[in-house]
Amino acid sequence: MLTITNSQFSSRLFVGTGKFSSAAVMKRAIIASGAQMVTVALRRVDLENPEDDIMSHIDIKKIHFLPNTSGARNATEAIRLAHLARAASGTPWLKLEVTPDPRTLLPDPVDTLKATEQLVKDGFIVLPYMNADPILALRLQDVGAAAVMPLGSPIGTNQGIQTALQVAIIIEQARVPVVVDAGIGAPSHASQAMEMGADAVLVNTAIAIADDPVRMAGAFKQAVEAGREAFEAGLGASSTTARPSSPERGRIGEQLDFIDG
Amino acid sequence: MSSGFKISNFTELRAQILSGTANRVSAALNKQTCSLDDLAALLSLPAEDYLPQMAARSREITAMRFGRTTQIFAPLYLSNFCVNRCAYCGFAADNNIPRKKLSLNQAEQEAEILKQRGFNHVLLVTGEAPARAGVDYLEAVVRRLKNRFAAISIEVQPLEENEYGRLFAAGVTAVAVYQETYDREIYKKIHLAGKKCDYDYRIATPARAAAAGMREIGIGALLGLADWRCEGLAIGMHLSWLRKRFWKTNFTVSFPRLRPAAGSFEPLVNVTEKNLTQLIFALRIFDPDVGLVLSTREEARYRDGMLGLGPTRYSAGSCTAPGGYSSNEHDGEQFSVGDHRTIDEVCATVSEKGFDPVRKDWDREFQK
Amino acid sequence: MQIFCNGRQQDIDEGVTLSQLLVGLELPADTVVAEINKKIIDRDQYETLKLNQGDQVELIRFVGGG
Repeated sequence: MLTITNSQFSSRLFVGTGKFSSAAVMKRAIIASGAQMVTVALRRVDLENPEDDIMSHIDIKKIHFLPNTSGARNATEAIRLAHLARAASGTPWLKLEVTPDPRTLLPDPVDTLKATEQLVKDGFIVLPYMNADPILALRLQDVGAAAVMPLGSPIGTNQGIQTALQVAIIIEQARVPVVVDAGIGAPSHASQAMEMGADAVLVNTAIAIADDPVRMAGAFKQAVEAGREAFEAGLGASSTTARPSSPERGRIGEQLDFIDG
Repeated sequence: MSSGFKISNFTELRAQILSGTANRVSAALNKQTCSLDDLAALLSLPAEDYLPQMAARSREITAMRFGRTTQIFAPLYLSNFCVNRCAYCGFAADNNIPRKKLSLNQAEQEAEILKQRGFNHVLLVTGEAPARAGVDYLEAVVRRLKNRFAAISIEVQPLEENEYGRLFAAGVTAVAVYQETYDREIYKKIHLAGKKCDYDYRIATPARAAAAGMREIGIGALLGLADWRCEGLAIGMHLSWLRKRFWKTNFTVSFPRLRPAAGSFEPLVNVTEKNLTQLIFALRIFDPDVGLVLSTREEARYRDGMLGLGPTRYSAGSCTAPGGYSSNEHDGEQFSVGDHRTIDEVCATVSEKGFDPVRKDWDREFQK
Repeated sequence: MQIFCNGRQQDIDEGVTLSQLLVGLELPADTVVAEINKKIIDRDQYETLKLNQGDQVELIRFVGGG
C-alpha cells in the first residue's frame, strides 16, 4: 500500500487527464489503469464554447482528485490557483507546478520551494513537481511536502528516466513518498522507476496519445505492478564487469594477515 | 522531531542476522546500495568466510568517498569526575582514582601542547558531573581553545538541545555520544547508578545534538558488552534513522573495544580483532559516507593494517587522564591505550602507506 | 451595468446575482468556482451575492491536465 500523509492507495499509478481525444476515452482509460489518483488542471471557462465538466466523468468516490497548478509561472500565481482548486474540488490535495519557461515547462526550484512552504501553512497537502534535484527534494520535505514528484525527463517528451542517478539518490534519502512524474513514455520506463524503488509514477501523455489509450492504460497498470513487485522481491545488483554466479568464497580479496587471531 | 528512534530488542536483531546466508553475503557484496537486511548478512557468521572480499569492497568504497586521506585527532581529557557507576569505566564514581578537573589555564596548557605536537582537531572529554563540569565550564573552555584548533569535538554528558546550541555558538563542531550498548537489558545491568541509567534519554541524544545544528555527530557502541553483531545492526539502524532526519549532518561511528581499566571489569563477551574487522567492513559497505573512527585503544599493528580498508579517522598520541600531556601522569586514566606512538610517528606510517594524514578537516572560522 | 466576465465585457441588469449570471451562461453552479475581484466566492453565497458595476468575474473549472 502507498501511504501519502494519512491516505492509502493500492494503485501506484497516477494518471493525468490531459490530451485525451475525448472525455469518454479518458474515462475508460482511467478505469483500465486502475488508478486511484488522477490529476486535473484548472482553466477559465471558455464562455463561447464551454466544455463538459471533467468532474462529471470521474467517480470521485473511488478516485482521488489531484488538482494541479499548471500554467503558473511563479509562486504567487501558483498559490492563487491552489486556493481556487481547493474551492472547486473541496480537497486540500494539490500537485504544485511552477513552470516559468513555457518552452520546456521545467519547474522553477526557488518558487516551488516558496509556494510549498506557504501552501503547507495554508493547510494544503502539497505534492510538488520538481526537477530531479536531491537537495531540493530534502528542502521540500523539510517545509512539509507530502510527497515529491521528480521528473524523469521534460514533460511530454516520452524520453524515460533520463535522471535515473539523481532520482535514485532522492529515493534513497527521502522520508516522504517519491512519485516519478513526466517523461515516462513507455510501460518499461514505468517499470524502471518502480524497480528503482519509486513509490509511484504519474503518466499522462503516453496513455493519452497511444493509438489505443485504454489498452495502453492497462499495459501501464501491469508495468507498475511488475516493477513494484521486483523492487519488493529484491533485485540482484547489476555490474559493468562480469561477476561469477558460482560462490565467491576463496576469491582473491585483501590480505588480512595483520589481524591477530 | 515528533517520534524518537526506537530499536528492536536484541532477540529480533539476532534473528535478522541469523537469516544471513553465504548467498546473501555474496549478493550484498555486489550491490550498489545496501539495505539493513544486507547489513545483517554482512554481520552474520557466514560472512566471516568473505572477509577478504569484504575488505576489497570496503577499500574500494573508502577510496572513492574519502580519497587517500586519514584524519588525525587527539582527545583532551578535561575532567574525570563522574556521578555515574558504569561497570566497565575507569571513571566510575566508586573507583578509587585521583579525581581532577582542569582549570581554564590548565586546559589551555594541555591544548598548547597538542597544538605544538601538530594537532588541529581535538576531542574534549569529560566524565558526567554537571555540577563540576557543566555547560558553563565547557563553554568557557571552548572559547579559550577555539582559536588554536580548526575543529573541536566533545564527548561529554548528554545535554539538552539548547545547551548543544550554546556550545555550537561557542565553537564546538561535533558531538560524540555512544550508546555503549543498544541492548536495553544489558544496558540496565551495567549502568548501576547516575543519570546514565536512562537508556531512552541517551539514545535520543544524537538527534538533539543534530537538531542544535552540530556539523557532525558520532555514535557507536562499546564492544565487549553485548552481541557485537547485533550492536552493528543497531548502529546501522540508528544511523539510517538519523540520516533520514538530519540530512545536513555528517555522521561518524566508533568501535571502542573494552580495554583494561581500573575496577578490573572483565568484558562480558569477547570481541576479537577479526570480529572488529568484520564490523568495520560491514558498516563501510552499508554506509559509504560515514566516518569510521579507530582509536588508540587498538594496537599499532592493527591500526596500520587497517589503513585505507575502511576507517577514516585515527586518534593519535592519546593520554586518557586529565592533564596527562603536561605532567606525563597516567593515574586516573579512563583506559590504557594500545598504540603508544606519537602523532608524528603515526603520521609517518600513514604517509608511508600512501595516505595523506589530515590534521584538520574543517575551519570553524566559517561556521555560522 | 457592465461587468467583466473571464476577460469579456458583459452588460447585465442591476441586482443580478452570481447564480443568475451562471444560469444565463448555462453553467451549473457546482461545476465552477467563481472569483470576483480576485476573491474566491463560497458556493453558498452564489444565490445572494449581487454583482456590482465594474466587477471582474472569473469563472473557473477543472479541465484535463497532467
